[in-house]
Amino acid sequence: MELIQSDPWASLKAFTTARIALGRTGTAIPLREVLAFKMAHAHARDAVYSRLETAALQEQLQSFHLPIVLLHSRAADRYEYLQRPDKGRRLDVDSVASLAPQTSDVVFILADGLSATAVNVHAYPLLQHVLPMLKATGISVGPICLVQQGRVAIGDETGALLKAKVTIVLIGERPGLSAADSMGAYITYNPQVGNTDEVRNCISNIREEGLQYPAAAGKIFYLLQEALRLKLSGVELKDNHGLLS
Amino acid sequence: MAFKSTIHHKTYHFNDLRTLLAKATPFRSGDALAGLAADSYEERVAAQMALADVPLKVFLNEAIIPYEQDEVTRLIIDTHDAVAFAPVSHFTVGEFRDWLLGDSATTIALQQLAPGITPEMVAAVSKLMRNQDLISVAHKCEVVTKFRNTIGLKGHLSVRLQPNHNTDDPKGIAASIVDGLLYGSGDAVIGINPATDSPQAVITLLQMLDQLRQQFEIPTQSCVLCHVTTAMQIMHRAPVDLVFQSIAGTEQANKSFGIDIALLAEAHASALSLQRGTIGNNVMYFETGQGSALSANANSGVDQQTCEVRSYAIARRFSPLLVNTVVGFIGPEYLFDGKQIIRAALEDHFCGKLMGLPMGVDICYTNHAEADQDDMDNLLTLLGVAGVNFIMGVPGADDIMLNYQSTSFHDALYARKVLGLKAAPEFEQWLQKQGIMDVSGKLLPVGETHRLLGYGV
Repeated sequence: MELIQSDPWASLKAFTTARIALGRTGTAIPLREVLAFKMAHAHARDAVYSRLETAALQEQLQSFHLPIVLLHSRAADRYEYLQRPDKGRRLDVDSVASLAPQTSDVVFILADGLSATAVNVHAYPLLQHVLPMLKATGISVGPICLVQQGRVAIGDETGALLKAKVTIVLIGERPGLSAADSMGAYITYNPQVGNTDEVRNCISNIREEGLQYPAAAGKIFYLLQEALRLKLSGVELKDNHGLLS
Repeated sequence: MAFKSTIHHKTYHFNDLRTLLAKATPFRSGDALAGLAADSYEERVAAQMALADVPLKVFLNEAIIPYEQDEVTRLIIDTHDAVAFAPVSHFTVGEFRDWLLGDSATTIALQQLAPGITPEMVAAVSKLMRNQDLISVAHKCEVVTKFRNTIGLKGHLSVRLQPNHNTDDPKGIAASIVDGLLYGSGDAVIGINPATDSPQAVITLLQMLDQLRQQFEIPTQSCVLCHVTTAMQIMHRAPVDLVFQSIAGTEQANKSFGIDIALLAEAHASALSLQRGTIGNNVMYFETGQGSALSANANSGVDQQTCEVRSYAIARRFSPLLVNTVVGFIGPEYLFDGKQIIRAALEDHFCGKLMGLPMGVDICYTNHAEADQDDMDNLLTLLGVAGVNFIMGVPGADDIMLNYQSTSFHDALYARKVLGLKAAPEFEQWLQKQGIMDVSGKLLPVGETHRLLGYGV
């Protein structure tokens, strides 16, 4: 006798990635499926506790010939980061002291967020697509900032201190069971401490199985140009780019 | 009114009821984030000792958010039932706790008491109770609601079938619904969180759900969890069974949700006028969760658990079919780990039930919280013992649209089996008629030719 009572509707899996037709033993989920779930959760947990690989990133980013700045939020460690979002939104004292006004159109800020893995993997290849587009259109780019224990709003203080017109924060999104390396890009015109989410445009799910680099770069380039032209970002800046579906 | 407590020659002063409630709250990260938590273990217990001595009548005279400033406070005060309150009106909070656990607080006594107690009284007493107490008293409560079936009878556990899909693809959603029905879930509601709030998308999903329900004559109700204004806009051209809305415990937080009590009253009246319920008129579905007021910067210095219970005053006003506290969704800055999530869920369930609400719990967590399936197993078992009206059923516990983990169809079967609980009676009969379950509640093997498998393919 079979140990597992299988479900005769596995064909429905073609329509969804939801965990359907798992089968059962008694009322329990079969062990194979239990372990698959556990592994997905393990990947997500590891991503939450992953660290920004600052040395490796610096080495890669050097090819862009832009200054690179290392920064840290006021959240001392991951434990504090998870419980005190307010601290993850502000730079620590040393970081503030290290930033001088540069005056540029845009500054890129790479922050670990909830998945440093996402930024370790996707930030550099995405910038390889974006930065040449900016150079070709004469948009000036300030230093690339790497921020540890940072949330999206860390870009506001960073951008304000650097006197950037626009900040683009590349940050690890909260890992799900289906993807632990999803990166988001948040675009904010006139970055100021205290800005809230309605003044930002967000491009989400940047990863190879999600929104791929060329498409993500196209959206970022479009929104950045529009933000500079209209002098705003957020809910009033609409996504009318042809690539958007 | 100021309160104090002296421990070993050290006197703790609490300036007002709001402060006392916050300091007496079992520790959770959200109150620390708000700067409201007790500074030490000693201060917390000192606050609990002071709170135990506060007469319940004080809560009727001291509003924790001013009456003039907040419509939730006005609702609480204006609808207070003094006659129902009379049996406990002479108690302190501490005496109230002892009375609740005593044998004279029967199911009927608690049902009669419900309109006489305010959210703040209920929050206060819960802060003095251990998890065991929260379970023990909730277990005595019985809150029964009806639309097309009967939910909340003692000895029953219903399930919201939650077939979400990341792009709202009707075939993908149908696949999860079939999976859930064949696992005995869906008696609380078949409820979709849509990926988009666009009216046309909501209409498409509602039509699909209604067609499915009618085709298979399923004694249940459906819901697409859109904003209340969207539901009001479409309800005369789409089959809206239940009107859904997220609610919070302060006027300002509700404003951030785009609602107020008058809007809910309008929606409630419209939903009633549709007369779609066959055996009952409970037409509202509310979701809540500790931390929502703080996350909207609208907690007015009130601790997150008290804010949560204040939202139940709004729910109570509209006799809902279902109230669901989505306890672990909000994240670790409000509820850090399994211990805090479990405590919060037991509090919400107890407080809601005591106020006469049909409480369900989304037993859940996100990947940045210190929690896992073992914590959810613990909580599911505890809530099953406490008599929770309903839980969520998500394929494999993994919600692919909202990206968090809840309870699975299998989990619901586990709880029903080990605790001897049944589905809603009308739904249970349907499951038996469909050959999905036998009379003992055991799941039957389903053949490839089962008629539900012909749906949506």
